[in-house]
Amino acid sequence: MAIPLSAYLILSGILFTCGVLGFLIKRNIITIFMSIELMLNGVNLSFVAFAAQWHSLSGQIFVFFVMVVAAAEAAVGLAIIIAVYRTRETLNVDQVNLLKL
Amino acid sequence: MHLILFLFFGGICVAGAVNLLVQRHPINSALSLVVVMASLAGEYLLLGAEFVAAIQVIVYAGAIMVLFIFTIMLLNAGEEVRSKGSRVAAMLGVPGVMIAGVLIAWILLRHSNTAAVSMFALPGDPRAIARLLFRDFLLPFEVTSVLILIAIMGAVVLASKPEAVARPSAAEPAQREVRELVASGRER
Repeated sequence: MAIPLSAYLILSGILFTCGVLGFLIKRNIITIFMSIELMLNGVNLSFVAFAAQWHSLSGQIFVFFVMVVAAAEAAVGLAIIIAVYRTRETLNVDQVNLLKL
Repeated sequence: MHLILFLFFGGICVAGAVNLLVQRHPINSALSLVVVMASLAGEYLLLGAEFVAAIQVIVYAGAIMVLFIFTIMLLNAGEEVRSKGSRVAAMLGVPGVMIAGVLIAWILLRHSNTAAVSMFALPGDPRAIARLLFRDFLLPFEVTSVLILIAIMGAVVLASKPEAVARPSAAEPAQREVRELVASGRER
């Protein structure tokens, strides 16, 4: 038997809400960053599911681009985290309340 | 068979995502995120997206997560401490996000199209992907290379030592103060 499209979409919604929840309740800046990656993964799943539903490969191309942007974002974001840690010696977001390095 | 595989990978996926939230040490969260990404690759395979599944394992679970784990080890990140802010965020955030999740599921189920996605519905083999990527999406693909270049330069500039970037200019008091603070921080 085949799976309805909404099952894939609900799975992707669960992943996305888990990412949002992690973004809200986590205090470690690296874990918050990982929650953002989780949200991106949830969106990717819905892209692939829609691509399969509509028989159009464009959705998979978009997943490819999302992955590229996520990789670039991870590189820049982790560099920012390293710069923040170098000046503040903490990874707790409660203590990182100034944009100034 | 399809249903069993879907539930298997989906269950691992959700379990990994919940484990990411529950664990307090960032390295445990990172490893559970690897589990989530690997099982998502299984879901992609079920949908027939072979190339995306391979890229998911290589780029996401491989490259990006190694970057994360490198950073965790480099910064020697320990367990996160519970603070007042985290308690408030948990109190407000958990119910709010639960409501949002239920709302999303409810809307999806209410307007659910029963059109089923069969196993390997759309074969996304590398040849078809490449034909689309290098013909119809050629301009976005090339723009992506510029994006990557900028990201590389940004990462190098941001992660390098502060005085390598900020040359001592006309001595502004505030700037000097910041530099002294940075220097004292490093000595500590």
